[in-house]
Amino acid sequence: MALPLYKTPFQRFGHYCYLGFSGFVLFFLVAPLVAVIPLSFTSSAFLNFTPEMLRLDPEAFSLRWYKIMIGDCSDPTITTVCTDKWKDGAANSLVIAIFATLFSIVLGTLASLGLSRPAMPYQKAITALLISPMIVPLIITASGMFMFFSQLDLVGTFTGLILAHTILGIPFVVITVTATLVGFDHSLMRAAASLGGSPTRNFFQVMMPLILPGVISGGLFAFITSFDEVVVMLFIGGPEVVTLPKQMWAGIRQEISPTILSVATVLVIFSIILLSTVEMLRRRTERIRGITPH
Amino acid sequence: MATAAPEQILTADGTPLKASLQKSLMRSKMHAAGLVFPAFLFLVIMFIAPIGVLLTRSIDDKLVNQFLPNTFALFEQWDQKELPDEDMYEAMFLDITGADKTLLGRATIRMNYEVSGWRSLVKKSNREFKKIESGPYKEAMIKVHKRWGEIKYWQSLGAMVDNYTMGYYLNAFDLRFDGDKNVIEQPENRQVYNLLWWRTFVVSLLVTFFCVLLGYPVAYLLATLPMRISNLLMICVLMPFWTSLLVRIVAWMIMLQQEGVVNNVLVSIGIVSDENRLAMMYNFTGTIIVMTQILLPFMILPMYSVMKGISPNYMKAAQNLGAAPSLAFIRVYIPQSLPGVGAGVILVFIVAIGYYITPELVGGKDGRLIGNMVAYHMQNSLNWGLASAMGLILLTGILVLYWLYDKLTGSAGMKMG
Repeated sequence: MALPLYKTPFQRFGHYCYLGFSGFVLFFLVAPLVAVIPLSFTSSAFLNFTPEMLRLDPEAFSLRWYKIMIGDCSDPTITTVCTDKWKDGAANSLVIAIFATLFSIVLGTLASLGLSRPAMPYQKAITALLISPMIVPLIITASGMFMFFSQLDLVGTFTGLILAHTILGIPFVVITVTATLVGFDHSLMRAAASLGGSPTRNFFQVMMPLILPGVISGGLFAFITSFDEVVVMLFIGGPEVVTLPKQMWAGIRQEISPTILSVATVLVIFSIILLSTVEMLRRRTERIRGITPH
Repeated sequence: MATAAPEQILTADGTPLKASLQKSLMRSKMHAAGLVFPAFLFLVIMFIAPIGVLLTRSIDDKLVNQFLPNTFALFEQWDQKELPDEDMYEAMFLDITGADKTLLGRATIRMNYEVSGWRSLVKKSNREFKKIESGPYKEAMIKVHKRWGEIKYWQSLGAMVDNYTMGYYLNAFDLRFDGDKNVIEQPENRQVYNLLWWRTFVVSLLVTFFCVLLGYPVAYLLATLPMRISNLLMICVLMPFWTSLLVRIVAWMIMLQQEGVVNNVLVSIGIVSDENRLAMMYNFTGTIIVMTQILLPFMILPMYSVMKGISPNYMKAAQNLGAAPSLAFIRVYIPQSLPGVGAGVILVFIVAIGYYITPELVGGKDGRLIGNMVAYHMQNSLNWGLASAMGLILLTGILVLYWLYDKLTGSAGMKMG
């Protein structure tokens, strides 16, 4: 941002202070995440940068924490606890998140289709209701669900967790899909109907390709919410179901080891991939519609 | 004779147009509602019902009634001024000896909330009463435990006699009912909740304040830079937003611990000596720093979307009319950006006030908030009534704030990414 020549030195100074401050804030946002990555390759068992690491001594770096993470205990240098728990946790998280996302997508997309019709009665109130799980603090949702689910014997089951995470995922799908439907030209559906297509066929062949980016990004939000979720998990997972976030939670509270950092690194990379996907989808929607980003 | 009115327009099949239109409108209404129905039903069963359970649990007080049916049957006749008569002692004796073991356990926990000492009193009595074969019970019971001769235990039953109580809501603010249903303060050593509400409020307010302070310049920068660069910088804002909460907490532990990155840097450049490393983790400061970083994107994004819509021409016009840039900024730009700031403030405050994980992991003792107390009562002390009441008070506050947020932003408020 070049400044015009007529600015006084005082204004210039102020401007650079402002740029410096903004830079500091952006650094504050990203720095902790970036610090995790090199530290996950440490060969020591502690969570700080050793002098050897700062000197870039190859001895100070190793992949042992990644091996522990994937449950490969063959390395003779591994002296700490090494089990399959991280792998199992990740597998459980994945199963729960996939099912919860699928249910959220189906229920959320159907609801959005209804909500974006002008004839929908009580549209505002029902939209508010459907996105309320996002607003209610998780600790309250978790407490209520725990008491309710324990009456139905759903505590400590995959079913219970999938149902709970579906609730948490629906708001994201509803928000993104209704936003995509705002720009949807409904005369396309009338045109398709007048050409003799059945409602189902029209939906899948005309509407779906156009709203798909919204559905997918809503689904990704729902997925990441479920995959990272720990509060509801702690309450209704019981001791039976162990997921990745629960494993991390226990790790942070009890035996904090660099394995957590390698898990964290993998998750950071995972979220970068998801973020780029959502961003790409958003741009695609805008391009198709011919809307310039504002 | 409406059907015979000559001016009525009929459709092809002979029905009046009005009725036909109404029918078609009704059909499309049903169609729309039918699409929403599955999600709606699912939400009502799996989300609204649990909140309802919370509500009933927060006022439910049947436990002691189930435990002491005989005593409570006589309770109304007692004047509550002096020790009750032989009949009530007998009723109490029958209730305790006849009670189911789990019921006794749960009910005495509840009774202990009113006056501590009930639990040990009943437990001991339950063991010793087996030796008492026949009346008179009054003296025998006082002999087993002298607390049976203290009137405060009997009086405290007055607060438990109804099936429903507002007592948990009072407890949540360090108040309680005495035996005569007057609202009184909890004893000094039991007062913790007012402090916690206050701390939760202060933490949320501070976090919100820091988010505005740090977020405003960044949002302005993002809104004024050319698209290419601002998109790149936007990644810095969105990446933490997308990363797992626990990962961010782990990252902050590395940064802020005693041997952490921040302390190491400060020591190596000589600001802090090696012995006096700053304690920035497991305390109030840690909670504030970590929550600010976690919630900052919630502040920047709504501010950014409002600032993006402010035309730079206003600033140019103001300066053209003779305002200094700073004056133009304060008088012209800031007022236009306020809706975004307001939305961000309420959003951050709402999320902060219900926080549980961050304070639990990095807060230490003096960084715990109301959310942690709800979890504590749910999982450790098993005082579900109090946990529910506190949760619902919190929820009410949040819904009011959310309503304000909705008014402020309209339907465009909820945007992500």
